[in-house]
Amino acid sequence: MDGYYTWMLISSCLVLMMTTPGLALFYGGMSRSKSVLNMMMMSFSALGVVGIVYALWGWSMTYSSVPWAAADAENPGWEAAKLFASPFDQFGLSDTLPANYVFVAFQLTFAVITAALISGAVADRVKFSSWLVFLPVWVTLSYFPLAHQVWGGGFLSNVEGGLSALTFGVTDGLASVAPIDYAGGTVVHINAGVAGLVLALLIGVRRGFGREPMKPHNLTLTMIGAGLLWFGWFGFNAGSIVFTSTEESEMIAQFTTETGLVWLNTTLATCAAMLGWLLVEKLRDGKGTSLGAASGVVAGLVAITPACGALSPLGSMALGAVAGGLCALAVGLKYRFGYDDSLDVVGVHLVGGLVGTIGIGFLSTTTGLLYGEGLRQLVVQVLVALYAMAWSGVATLVIGLAIKLTIGWRIDHEDEVEGIDFTEHGESAYDLTGGGGARRTGSVLAGAGLPTRPPGQPQAEGEPAGETPEQPSDKPTEKQGASA
Amino acid sequence: MKLITAVIKPHRWEDVREALETFGVTGMTVSEVSGYGRQKGHTEVYRGAEYDIALVPKIRIEIVVDDADAEDIVGIIVKTAQTGRIGDGKVWTSPVEGVVRVRTGEQDAAAL
Repeated sequence: MDGYYTWMLISSCLVLMMTTPGLALFYGGMSRSKSVLNMMMMSFSALGVVGIVYALWGWSMTYSSVPWAAADAENPGWEAAKLFASPFDQFGLSDTLPANYVFVAFQLTFAVITAALISGAVADRVKFSSWLVFLPVWVTLSYFPLAHQVWGGGFLSNVEGGLSALTFGVTDGLASVAPIDYAGGTVVHINAGVAGLVLALLIGVRRGFGREPMKPHNLTLTMIGAGLLWFGWFGFNAGSIVFTSTEESEMIAQFTTETGLVWLNTTLATCAAMLGWLLVEKLRDGKGTSLGAASGVVAGLVAITPACGALSPLGSMALGAVAGGLCALAVGLKYRFGYDDSLDVVGVHLVGGLVGTIGIGFLSTTTGLLYGEGLRQLVVQVLVALYAMAWSGVATLVIGLAIKLTIGWRIDHEDEVEGIDFTEHGESAYDLTGGGGARRTGSVLAGAGLPTRPPGQPQAEGEPAGETPEQPSDKPTEKQGASA
Repeated sequence: MKLITAVIKPHRWEDVREALETFGVTGMTVSEVSGYGRQKGHTEVYRGAEYDIALVPKIRIEIVVDDADAEDIVGIIVKTAQTGRIGDGKVWTSPVEGVVRVRTGEQDAAAL
């Protein structure tokens, strides 16, 4: 299975690319020109912070193997309840099997993008420091537990004592109806979507929301971002294969057929969603827009994420079309209800995630209602979605309130008007005036190339020649080279 | 001497420049500007949210010409820039008291 490990390394790189630069560009283009850098920094910083946290205790909390059957008096309650695994068991990847490193890499990138997705709901108005505090706490309380519950043999998986097993019973030691979430409809998209909604409500609207123009400043960036997300999503979905056998020939057979189907389903659903979104726009607004196409692409990718292994290609097209159309309508809800989900994390990721997760109940080729297999899969999918929403909602509310009551979320209103790029980062994204009269003032680099004493002045007595670090110019230093 | 200022649709500029060159105009100052007239901008829709965009991009041309040529040049600009649709722009002339060519110090008609 060498090929499989190669593919997993490539997949990890692809999913990393989804956040930086894919999502950063997608969101950055939709924000205003005075806040594009902050928007992109929220994605980049998610990679920085969550990447570290995942290796420290994220992997351990998600996949540390304390199986349900082994839960006893010695195991802590959270493990017995299948909510999350021990953060200490493989802290810092200390006792992680080297053969699992590639899976740590792959899963790390998922945690990163999930956290980064939330940033779109709170664009232009959040202190960078508060965001950096939010990131590690949120993945610890919301992402890692849900990932463990869905993929790590926890409460939302098919284990005995899990949500599905408690609802429809157990067959041969596993839930009779296995919940289906192939690549993260609940863990990633419903989770990030609900978190975005809660934060948008807690933090409040941007100054001038609904009155002042807040149109996207650069849709070419957004189109590039959407394209990169689509490309990266093949790693996201086709890398999420879980083998049903340990027999090598059977694994190869499964890999060959399943990854092909997943690739096709991912693409077909996305094509249909793009067209669905454009159709709604054409009927409602008179024109199909480029932002609509880019948004439809993401809505389709979100919806097919949990479903890509369970549907037929035709079913995927149907799911994508519904997701594109519904999300196009859902992004208008924020104006009706007055919450400022700035870049539509709720309208695209929560709604798209729900369409995909619940759509499996209708369209799964083996257990779906439309294939005459009854209601049980649908019920399980709805229960799992509701549970994930509740978990994420409560966790985000607690963290969001704690931050609001301590260090605070918002930048000053004046700073918001001036632009968060300058007030939080001291930068501006675009220089369209050739410097705009800028002059360089003193900096470390500016002084680095200068001799530390006036030329020609004799060396101080007792100072050994040629050995002081301040010695001028015989041997050019790196800094001197840089400033020359 | 007269200063002719024309605000026209950006996509008409190439044709206007060509016509002016054919007539013998040797130089002009061109800037990208934005504004609105009777058409009051336009609307754009982003994810279903409609925005009234007041400012529409335009090209502003400025040419200083001899009094005798002013009327012809205005005529050429109007004829070439016209599409007949709303937002075609405006052309106006104003008197100029003096001109100096920076390189040589030549003045007025010699500096044109």
